[in-house]
Amino acid sequence: MLKIINGGVYDPLQGLSGQAGTICVGDDGKICDPPSDAAPCDIVDASGCAVMAGGVDIHSHIAGTKVNSARSMCPEDHYDHFKPHTDTTRAGTGFTVPTSFYTGYEYAGQGYTTVFEAAVPPLEARHAHEELLDVPIIDTGTYTLMGNNYMIMQILAEQDPVSRKERLRDLVSWLLTTTKGYAVKVVNPGGVESWKWAQGIQDLDTPVPPFGVTPRQIMTGLAETIRGLGLPHGMHLHCNHLGEAGNYITTLETMRALDGLPFHLTHLQFHAYGQSKKGTLKSAASELADYINGHPNVTFDVGQMVFGPATTMTADAPMQYRLHVVTGHKWINNDVEMESGAGVVPLQYKPKSLVNAIQWCVGLELLLLVKNAWQIILTTDHPNAGPFSAYPQIIRLLMDRDYRASQMEALNPRVGKYTVLAQLAREYTLEEIAIITRSAPAKTLGLPQRGNLRAGSCGDIAAYRIQEDKERMFREPAYVFKDGALVVRDGKAIKSPQGRRLLVEPDCGAVLPDDLVDEFHRYYSITLANFPVQEEYIPRPEVIACK
Amino acid sequence: MPAKQGFLITVRTARQGAAMEKGKLSAEYVAETATLTLSPRDYEELGLKEGQQVKLSSDSGQALVTCRFSEGPDGVFFLPLGPTANALIGEQTYGTGVPSYKGFNVEIETLDA
Amino acid sequence: MPVTIHKDIVCTFCGALCDDLEMHVENNKVIDVKNVCGIGRNKALHGDNDKPECRVYGERATLEEAYDASARMLAQARSPLVYGFSSTVAEANRVGVELAEILRGGLDNCSSYCHGPGVLARQHVGLPTCTLGEAKNRADLVVFWGANPMESHMRHFSRYSVQAKGMYTPLGRKDRKMAVVDVRPTPSSKNADLFFQVTPGSDYEIATVLRALVLEMPLPTLTDDSLVGGVPLARWRELVELIKQCKYCVVFFGIGLTQSQGKDLNVEQLIRLVSDCNRYTRVYAMPMRGHANVNGNNQVFVWQTGYPLAISFNRGYPRFNPGEFSVIDMLNRGDVDAAIIVATDPAAHLPYTAVDALKKIPTIVLDPVNSLTTEWANVVIPVATSGLSAAGTYYRMDNVPIRLRKIIDCEWPTDLEVLQNIKERVLNAKDH
Repeated sequence: MLKIINGGVYDPLQGLSGQAGTICVGDDGKICDPPSDAAPCDIVDASGCAVMAGGVDIHSHIAGTKVNSARSMCPEDHYDHFKPHTDTTRAGTGFTVPTSFYTGYEYAGQGYTTVFEAAVPPLEARHAHEELLDVPIIDTGTYTLMGNNYMIMQILAEQDPVSRKERLRDLVSWLLTTTKGYAVKVVNPGGVESWKWAQGIQDLDTPVPPFGVTPRQIMTGLAETIRGLGLPHGMHLHCNHLGEAGNYITTLETMRALDGLPFHLTHLQFHAYGQSKKGTLKSAASELADYINGHPNVTFDVGQMVFGPATTMTADAPMQYRLHVVTGHKWINNDVEMESGAGVVPLQYKPKSLVNAIQWCVGLELLLLVKNAWQIILTTDHPNAGPFSAYPQIIRLLMDRDYRASQMEALNPRVGKYTVLAQLAREYTLEEIAIITRSAPAKTLGLPQRGNLRAGSCGDIAAYRIQEDKERMFREPAYVFKDGALVVRDGKAIKSPQGRRLLVEPDCGAVLPDDLVDEFHRYYSITLANFPVQEEYIPRPEVIACK
Repeated sequence: MPAKQGFLITVRTARQGAAMEKGKLSAEYVAETATLTLSPRDYEELGLKEGQQVKLSSDSGQALVTCRFSEGPDGVFFLPLGPTANALIGEQTYGTGVPSYKGFNVEIETLDA
Repeated sequence: MPVTIHKDIVCTFCGALCDDLEMHVENNKVIDVKNVCGIGRNKALHGDNDKPECRVYGERATLEEAYDASARMLAQARSPLVYGFSSTVAEANRVGVELAEILRGGLDNCSSYCHGPGVLARQHVGLPTCTLGEAKNRADLVVFWGANPMESHMRHFSRYSVQAKGMYTPLGRKDRKMAVVDVRPTPSSKNADLFFQVTPGSDYEIATVLRALVLEMPLPTLTDDSLVGGVPLARWRELVELIKQCKYCVVFFGIGLTQSQGKDLNVEQLIRLVSDCNRYTRVYAMPMRGHANVNGNNQVFVWQTGYPLAISFNRGYPRFNPGEFSVIDMLNRGDVDAAIIVATDPAAHLPYTAVDALKKIPTIVLDPVNSLTTEWANVVIPVATSGLSAAGTYYRMDNVPIRLRKIIDCEWPTDLEVLQNIKERVLNAKDH
C-alpha cells in the first residue's frame, strides 16, 4: 500500500482542483480508498505539490520504421544529448528523436505514463511493437494506418451499400486485430496513393486513383465503421492539405462532413491556416475555434510548434517531399505496399521566420480560443512541431501571460498582421492544464482508468512542486509513480519496469474475407501467415473494451 | 615467368554462396573462394590454361589461385569473397570502416611448370 | 518416421527474406525444401548440422564453464568488443547491445564493412525508398547498380523485381524495363534491356553526370561520344529518358557501390540522383542487403543507441564514429583486448590483419555451425540456428520485419539465452 499525503489534488473528473487530500494505491497497483485500519504502508509526503494522474499523450511518434529511420538519418540530433548507463537505467541519446529507452525515461521524467505511437503501417507493425518493448516505464499503444489502404479503398468502391458496410467492418476489425493496434489512423486520405502515381494533391471530392473513391468517402466510411464497432477512440484524423495556406477551409469541410461521427483531429495547428491576399500564410485559428466552440463533441490535439530543432515525420509522403524541396534538407521516403507511405525531413523552426512565427501563434491561438479545455489536448505532434520535452515550456506559455508576451517579442515583427495572439489575455489554470495533459486525452481515448485519480484507476501519479515558474514545475516532478511504484524522483527516472500495451479486440474478430485473401497473396510481398503481429511482441497486453 | 599488373575486385558467386552454406570447411568452399576469373585477353597474354594455378601478390600478401576465364574487362581480376581474398586485402579503410574489398592493385604471376 | 511439412517458412540467407518456403522435417531434421534458391536450400539442409563442440581454450567444456570463462574474459578486459549479429534474431541483438553497454565496450555489426557506407550516405542525404511489394506491384523500370542478384539474392527477380507479377505489372517481365550498371557482364546483366559496363571506380562520376542530365544542366565539355565511366554520354541520356518516362522506378544498389572507391560518397550521389528524379516521377533506391538480418542489426543498434554501427560505450553512453569505432579499424589499431562474436565468421570475411589481431586476444564465438573462426576461438559456444531451431525477428532489406519460427529442436541454447547468461555473470562479476 502506498499513501501520498499532504498534496493538493488536481482531478478534474472528480471536480478536485487543489483540495488537500490523500491518494492511496493498493498492492494491485490500482488507486483505492484510504484503508480504515492502520495497515502498513509506504508514505510519501507531497507537501507543496500538485498531485495529478499520470500524463497521457494522445499523439506522438516514438517507435517503428519511420521513427527509427529518422534516428538513423540524424546522428547530429544525438551527439549533444545523451544519458549514460546506470545500475537501474539504460543509456540513450537524442533530442528530437530520442532512443527507445531514453524516450521512456524522458516521458516518465515529466510525469507522463501513457503514450500512443500515432502512425503504424500494418506491414511494419511488428517493428513498432518490438521497439516498444525497449521503451520502459510508460504504457503504450499504436494507431493503425488505414486512410490509403488498398483493400479499404477497393471495398469503398463497391456498389452494394449493405455488403460494403459489412465488409468494411470485417476488414477494419481484421487490420486492428492483426496489427495489435488501438485505433484507426487516417493520414491525408487518398493523398498518399495519389503520390505513388505522381499525381496532384487531394481535395475532399477528388477521386483517388485507381478506385475512384474520394477522401470524403474514405473518412466517412471509416468513421461509420468505427461507430459500428464501438471502438474506444474515434477516427484519428490527419486532414488533407497539411501545412498549406488556406487549408482551414478543408478542415472545416472535413468537420462538417464528419458531424455526428466519432473522430479526433490531430495536430490541428498544421491545418488552421488562412491565405493572405498575396497567397501567404495567415492564422485561421479563430474560424476553426468558432466551429469547435459550437460543436462540443469535436476534440483536437494542437501540435504546438516549438522553436528549435524538429524532425518532421508523417505518413503524408507528398507533404514531406514538398518540405524536402522547399528546404533542400535530407529526405527519407518510404512507400509501403498496399497500405501507406511515409516521409522524414529534419527542420529548424526559427522565431524570425515569418511562417514559423505565424505557425507558433496559430497553435497558441487554438489553445486559447477554444473555450472548453475538455476539447483540447496538448501535443507537439512529437517530433514534428517540436519534441515532447517542450511540454513544460508550452504549459508556461499558457499559464503566464507576461511570459507569453516576452516570448512574442522575439518573433518576426510582421507576425501581428497575420495573427491575433497578442490580443488574447486568457491564462490557463492548473486544473485546465490537468485537463489538456491527462483528463481530456484519457477521455478522448476511451480510457476510464487513466487521466483521473478515482478508486480503481491505474496507480499512475505525478506530483509536481507548485512554484511560480510553471515550466520548472512541470519539467521536474518531485515524484512519479507507475502502478503505485516510484519510478521518477526530481525528474529523473530511477527504474526501468516494462509498461503495458493497450489493445482493442473488436467483435468481428480476425478473419480476412476470402476474396481479399486472394488479393493478399497476389499483391503483398509477404505471406498472410507471416503477417499478423504475434503474441510474443505483446508480453503485457491490456485490452480496452469496445462500447 | 609471365606476369601482369591488374586490379582485383572481390565478388559474390552462386557457387561461393552455396558452398559457404554447406560449410566453410568444405572442399567446395575452399576451392571456389580460391578461383580467379580473368578476361580471355588476359588469359591469352599470360598463356594460361583453364584450371591453371597462378600466384597473386598485393601489398598485403600473396595467395595461390586457380584460373577460370569469362567475358569481362581486361586487366581486372575477380575473386570470390573469402579467406583467399582476405590474404590480399589491405587493412586501410580510409576512415570509412570498409577496406578496399573492391579494387586494389595486384600482380599475377604464372608458376613454374 | 513421419514427415512434417512446414509452410511459409522464412529463408535466413539473404536480405530478401523469402517467407514462402516449404520445409519437410523428418526425425528432427530438414530433409527437403521447396520454393527455395540453391543457397537457401543448403542453408536449410545444413544450417543446423555440424555443430561445433563447446570448448574453452581448446578443451571440451560444459555450457556453464563456457559462460563463466566468457564473463571472466569480458569483465577483465579494458576495451572489449561486442560484434556480429548478422545471422541472429533482433531479440538476441537487443541483449548484445546491453552487454556492450554494461561492459563499456565497442559495438559493431557486419554492415560496418558491407552496406555501412550506404547507411552513412543516408545520414548525409536521406533515402527515398519503398517496400519490395511496391517494386513488384508498380515498378515499370528496375535498375541494378553494382549488384548481381542472380548470384547473391537468387529469387529477387522472380519474387520482387524483374519478373514479379504485381497489381500494375500483371505480365511481369513484359511490363518492365530493366537496366544494369556493373563492371563486367554477370548472369544478372544478361537479363537486362540496357547494360552499362563501366570502368571500376567510376560510379561517383557517373551518378554526377546523370544528375546533371536529369536536372538539365549544361555539360559544355562533353559531347554525345564522350566516355563517362567508359560509356558514351549518349547512352546515359538514354537511361535518363527511360527514367523520366517511367511511372515507378526502383534502383537496387549493391556492394559494388559501397565497397568501391568513393564508398559512402558513391551512394550519396546515387541517392541525390534518385531524389532529383522525383520532380518527374516516382524513383526510389534500395540497398541489396546481404546477410539476412544485417538490416535488423542496424535497426536495433539505432533504436537502442541512436547509431547504426561503429559505436563505443567507453564513456558510458553511445558514441559513434566510423573509421574509429569500426570493427576492422579497432582491430587493426590493437584497440581491442577481448572480443565476443555473435553469428558471424570474421575469419572468413575480414582481412587477415584484422583476423590476426583477434587471434592475439581472448575471443569468444557463438556459432550454430563450425566456421573458420570456431577453429581457433578461445571460447566456442554452439547455439541453435535462427529460423530452424530458434525463433525471433529478422528485418528484410526494405525494413519489413518478419518473425522466424522454430521448427526443429536443438540441444544447444539460443544466442539470446547465451547472451543473457553471460550478461548476468558479467553483472555479478562487476558487483563483487
